[in-house]
Amino acid sequence: MKGDRGFPVRLRFTKRGRVRFISHRDVARALERAFRVEGLPLAFTEGFAPRPKVSFGLALPTGYESDAEYLDAGLTEEVDLDDLITGVSASLPEGMGVADAVFLEPRAASLQRAVTSVSYVVQAVWSGDDARDPSDVEAWIQNTLRADALPVVVQRKGTEVIEDLRPAILHLSIGSTGVPDETPEGPVREGPIPERHVTEGVTLQLEVSTQPKSIRPTEVLGTLDAGPERPFRAGNGLRVATIVRTAQWIERDGSRLCPLEADTRQRAEVGAR
Amino acid sequence: MNTLWPRIEPLLDRVEKPARYIGMERGMRRPQHDAERVSWLLMYPDTYEVGQPNQGLQILYEILNERPDALAERTFAPWIDLEGELRAHDLPLFSLENHVAASEFDVLAFNLAAELTYTNVLNCIDLAGVPVRAAERGPRDPLVMAGGHCTYNPEPMADFVDAFAIGDGEELAGEITEVIGAWKARGARHREAVLHELATVPGVYVPSMYEVSHEGPFQVLTPRFADVPAMVDKRTVADLGDWPYPKNQLVPLVEVVHDRLNVEIFRGCTRGCRFCQAGMITRPVRERPADQVRTMVEEGLSRTGYDDVSLTSLSSADFSGVDGLVADLVNEQSGCGNVSLSLPSLRVDAFTVGIASEIQKVRRTGLTFAPEAGTWRMRQVINKLITEEDLYAAADAAFAAGWRRLKLYFLTGLPTEMDEDTLGIAELAKNVVEIGRGYTKKASCTASLGGFVPKPHTPFQWFGQNSVEEMARKIGLLRTALRATRADLRWHDPEASFVEGIASRGDRRVGAVIERVWRRGGVFQEWSEHFRLDLWLEAMAEAGLDPDWYVTRHREEGEPLPWDHVSAGLHSDFLWLDWKAALAEHGLPDCRWTPCYDCGVCTDYALEHVVASATPPAGGSQGTGQDLARGGAVPVVISTPGAFGRLSAPDARRTAESSEG
Repeated sequence: MKGDRGFPVRLRFTKRGRVRFISHRDVARALERAFRVEGLPLAFTEGFAPRPKVSFGLALPTGYESDAEYLDAGLTEEVDLDDLITGVSASLPEGMGVADAVFLEPRAASLQRAVTSVSYVVQAVWSGDDARDPSDVEAWIQNTLRADALPVVVQRKGTEVIEDLRPAILHLSIGSTGVPDETPEGPVREGPIPERHVTEGVTLQLEVSTQPKSIRPTEVLGTLDAGPERPFRAGNGLRVATIVRTAQWIERDGSRLCPLEADTRQRAEVGAR
Repeated sequence: MNTLWPRIEPLLDRVEKPARYIGMERGMRRPQHDAERVSWLLMYPDTYEVGQPNQGLQILYEILNERPDALAERTFAPWIDLEGELRAHDLPLFSLENHVAASEFDVLAFNLAAELTYTNVLNCIDLAGVPVRAAERGPRDPLVMAGGHCTYNPEPMADFVDAFAIGDGEELAGEITEVIGAWKARGARHREAVLHELATVPGVYVPSMYEVSHEGPFQVLTPRFADVPAMVDKRTVADLGDWPYPKNQLVPLVEVVHDRLNVEIFRGCTRGCRFCQAGMITRPVRERPADQVRTMVEEGLSRTGYDDVSLTSLSSADFSGVDGLVADLVNEQSGCGNVSLSLPSLRVDAFTVGIASEIQKVRRTGLTFAPEAGTWRMRQVINKLITEEDLYAAADAAFAAGWRRLKLYFLTGLPTEMDEDTLGIAELAKNVVEIGRGYTKKASCTASLGGFVPKPHTPFQWFGQNSVEEMARKIGLLRTALRATRADLRWHDPEASFVEGIASRGDRRVGAVIERVWRRGGVFQEWSEHFRLDLWLEAMAEAGLDPDWYVTRHREEGEPLPWDHVSAGLHSDFLWLDWKAALAEHGLPDCRWTPCYDCGVCTDYALEHVVASATPPAGGSQGTGQDLARGGAVPVVISTPGAFGRLSAPDARRTAESSEG
């Protein structure tokens, strides 16, 4: 955390199963409460209404799951990170857990600014008896990727604007069924992964840019081009069942890093400078 | 036990705030259903955000789940979008813990806290797949029960509810469980049998065990069996110290109203505000031992992770020894950093502001007081004995301590209210802003105006409520008076108060009206965007009922009242005398610290006030600035000669002495 004194840490946490229905704001509140239950030595902002120094990365839309959520927190003293992981996880709702934690460079760029792209796995199901061959879907993907521009009308702050989604689509392909149990940074979390109801349909893998702004996977899916139809649009063929964020990426100076690899320290050698 | 979750989950992707329907809060139980146990579905007929913080619901949830013979889950009124999805997919209302169909439970137990939620109750019963009318239910249907403050007049809901539980539920819930458990063990064949047995449990009212007849326009109830009581007395827990609940307050994942740790520090109130039903029906005062409060706060904070705790009651600054308790809590919590403490329902005086300063060392943005009426005369009528000097001293102390925004609660439409009383509200608000301007240019004051709805079991139960037009006129007077001033005015919709008035003092015939409004889509009536006066007026007309007969008509002495068969322990002649004293503009002191005036509750129920400390709160007990501990007197005439005929001779003497002091 920029300009922070003390012991900044970065956590990776997961949000799986039915807890996916809580909002980004609810996630933040649940984590802050878990920190207090664990008695984590949180640093507070100065001023009239002190707030704990916790900053969250890119908001995950309500209803999405994730194995790769991140937050940065300022601590006033060094803690054992393994204890932090176990303790905070135990105080979080079922389906949420801290998977990993690192100490952060004091002047690390914020997650919002540092993260350049995110990966998703989308499980889609055929609506009704409309199941098609996977090769059809492959063709639609190629149609989309071949386009020079994918202009769509999107709602931004209450007004409709036309945006070209094509530059933001970094990867789109049919993947093997299911969500991997590993993230680029290691296992999802200890213990069983919460229920997943979808076992059939089509699995899509997707990476989208988050700079200059994030786009949603559903916006990309809306551009899937089946000739006369858009299969993901209302009532047409495919319906999204689950979306899982599987990774976040920081592209910097030609290298591709996970947030726990960037700007981190092995341990908090010196805190306040 | 069949979970509906796989069928519900896809619907949640399409509704607003889906997290309201997933459960999963810290502290939630996931009880296993089995035939041996009586399964309760605790329901609050409003949204999750409004209902989940209800302390009664949380207390019963724990008490029932601790019993080996019971289990409890929760549900709330689904918002309109989810209701539409459920009906479209032929799915029933479900519980939040196991996502089990509501109809699989033995008991659907509603908390009735506000009359405007009545149509939601019907909607929830219907969504459960259960006939809304009690008479049409069969042996396989759940028993529909209700508790909460509104059940002190159960009649408007008597057609829909099988059994009402009146008063404190801590002991009663267990007794009801035992009756239903035994009936289930016998095969649960005849609904009539269990209802009859429930009617013999003290505190339980079973409408179907009474014959309804009419004396002229008035309803009269007669028990159908010798063992069914003609008068149902409320239940009262004698000592709150025996019931340290909730021990595991649920921590909602979504933001709810009163989103903080709530610790109930006392139940009951003897200030005697005549408009206040809660104060009248929850007597006597039962304070929680201070040590237990401290433990509940400490354990609650460390378990929930909340950084905000509220000490709840009907008038928290009246807790005996409140200053010591607050000082202890502030000192104990200062180590944890940034835990804030709040006392709702603050009394209006400088002493209270002192306590507020003690507990709110940071974030001094807004402070709320409830003078309730604009003139001293009016406040004597309603027995809210706050002088203008009390209010101004409180405002001065608050602004001096750094608060910038004061909110003042008032009622309009009170008995004997004249325009000068109404306009007194504007004067108070304007003067408060002026006091604040002496400290900061940013000083502001908001007067929040509620329309008075007379409630059963209060001295004002005989009073004819103001019409919509009259309330609107008074709001207009204040809007004009406060135009171009630095004080703001907020007000409650008089039309909603009118409908509340229909249900508040309604009889059994009002049930048909509630059903018609519900059938025409009138749900969430307490939400202004869904409120529909036209539906209510139409339904009244179709039922052949005159709204003014229910709402604006003054009741006569001795007139049969629809709630005459329910007792909160208050003698009706006490209430009538207090009504007369109100009209004579006479106040009445707080009987915790002054002699008993025999309202009937303690004597009839063999109860006593339970106080945590023998010292009355500093600053006096009726907000008059009088410190009764130091021998001061309440500066009001206590009664007209002869009005309180029940006052015993020694009490009368002591009263006379103290008023001379």
